[in-house]
Amino acid sequence: MIDYLLKVENLNLKRDGRDILCRVNLAVRPGEVHGLLGLNGSGKSSLAYTLMGCAGYTPDQGRIWFAGQDITRLPITERARLGLTLAWQEPARFEGLPVGAYLALGAKDPDRTQLAEALEAVALAPSAYLKRPVNHALSGGERKRIELAAVFAMCPKLAILDEPDSGVDTLSLGDIAALIRRMADQGTAVLLITHRDEMVTVADSASLMCQGSIVFQGDPAEVRQYYGRRCRLHGETMGAQPWGTAPSPKSKV
Amino acid sequence: MSTQVRPHGLAAAEPGWAREYEAILEAYRQAGGDPAFLKMSRVATLVVSANRVLAANEVPGVHFKAEELPHGVRACIVVEPEVRLEKPAHLCFGMLPAEGSQEIVADYEIGPGAQAEFIAHCTFPNAVRLRHVMDARIHVGAGATMTYSESHFHGPHGGIEVVPKAKVTVDDGGRFITGFSLVHGRVGRLDFDYDVAVGAGGVAELTTKAYGLGDDHVRVNETLYLNGQGARGLTRTRIAVRDQAVSEVLTTAEGNAPFARGHMDCTEVVRGQATARNMPLVVVRDDRAHVTHEAAIGTVNHKELETLMARGLDEDAAVDVIIRGMLQ
Repeated sequence: MIDYLLKVENLNLKRDGRDILCRVNLAVRPGEVHGLLGLNGSGKSSLAYTLMGCAGYTPDQGRIWFAGQDITRLPITERARLGLTLAWQEPARFEGLPVGAYLALGAKDPDRTQLAEALEAVALAPSAYLKRPVNHALSGGERKRIELAAVFAMCPKLAILDEPDSGVDTLSLGDIAALIRRMADQGTAVLLITHRDEMVTVADSASLMCQGSIVFQGDPAEVRQYYGRRCRLHGETMGAQPWGTAPSPKSKV
Repeated sequence: MSTQVRPHGLAAAEPGWAREYEAILEAYRQAGGDPAFLKMSRVATLVVSANRVLAANEVPGVHFKAEELPHGVRACIVVEPEVRLEKPAHLCFGMLPAEGSQEIVADYEIGPGAQAEFIAHCTFPNAVRLRHVMDARIHVGAGATMTYSESHFHGPHGGIEVVPKAKVTVDDGGRFITGFSLVHGRVGRLDFDYDVAVGAGGVAELTTKAYGLGDDHVRVNETLYLNGQGARGLTRTRIAVRDQAVSEVLTTAEGNAPFARGHMDCTEVVRGQATARNMPLVVVRDDRAHVTHEAAIGTVNHKELETLMARGLDEDAAVDVIIRGMLQ
């Protein structure tokens, strides 16, 4: 029997009368990197917010299990204290809050050396960033890295990374992939949300999401191949959703 | 090397001077100040407890005259023309008793071309029923720069009334930059009232921050008169109120000359049963002047809140981090 860290069962979410998530089933093992691939608007971020317990994302149906506990109705703080966290696709700004203080808020060890190490892990010089406020003076890419550093410093059991690769330059993609592997090596499982199929190669397993449903699960290479094939088809048909009506999920997991 | 500041003659002759001086230094430390600065001979300092001048230290080009009044002190602070202060002057105003009143009548004269920075700490750690009035006249000479930051520490009781008032004149090419902060301890009642008139090419920047709790009442009234050609002015107000606290922010900017530029920026955060009001007033008397304002009143940003909660902070702690960051 596989001991899952995160198990999502038949999750449904409606917002403003629209189906956002439809019968989502997903599982992540401890220390595993699981890639969640999908086009824009496929429901990836909504799933992330639902897993984290954000306001307005309470599922209508289904269960979320984390470390053996049903967290479906738990508030964000309690989920975080169990070891679950989220790095937002568009990280928040905090006027007047220095980067060092921001990292220390959730850090497992708020020692200055550890905070510096977290910044170095995302290729930011601690001397240049620890005292800077997390505000509009930072670029989008810098805020993204600081968000990842905050998650890294927290050493959670599971980190949901919502498109850590969007809005950063191509050269930085390797840094992000290395960071994800480093987190996994340190025992943090990662749910990596992305729409770049090349990023999925860093994962141990992967799922493909379309129109709020998981439509394919398996080995990252297989998922990537399936995604590429469907995207090409989508390009040829000019504008039709690549999967039309979501097929029944296949799974090798 | 730090040395003991020369004590003020009147107070030093009285018994108990040393004990009161050390007590006010401790209160200064609680207010966020570093008492070491008040003991350095190279740093201009003025220490006032209630109506007693406990210490005054002048440096070349900076002069203090202080006169003790029945309920406070009249102080005259002069920076000679073209003098550039190497280190900020440190001012400490406070009262240790729980009740009473203190009125500081201050006259600042910054000579033409001078550059001076003042760091003031006002500390009332035991205040239960206390009134503190700062009535200042400030004159920044042509081409001079005066930076004045004032931080308050009030203790937990809230029974204090603070009335900082200033009439400021900034001559042509002068700069007046001020920051007022009341974010530690209870506000009590704050009635902040600054009028600043700016001459040609001059600059005025006012930053005011307060955090009201319980039944605190925060009132901020700031007026900029941009009277000279190319005068520039900015008010930046950051207020947070929670529980049953009330805040009122009234800012006025008058563009009265060609190419005058003014902007008023106000952010107020409201939690619980608190109330916040903002009334910006724009007056333009020259068609080449330009004055703008922006105001945002509401609760804390939801995304910021959820981000901190996803790091394990509960909602109250997260709100406090966000508010204190804004008031930093």
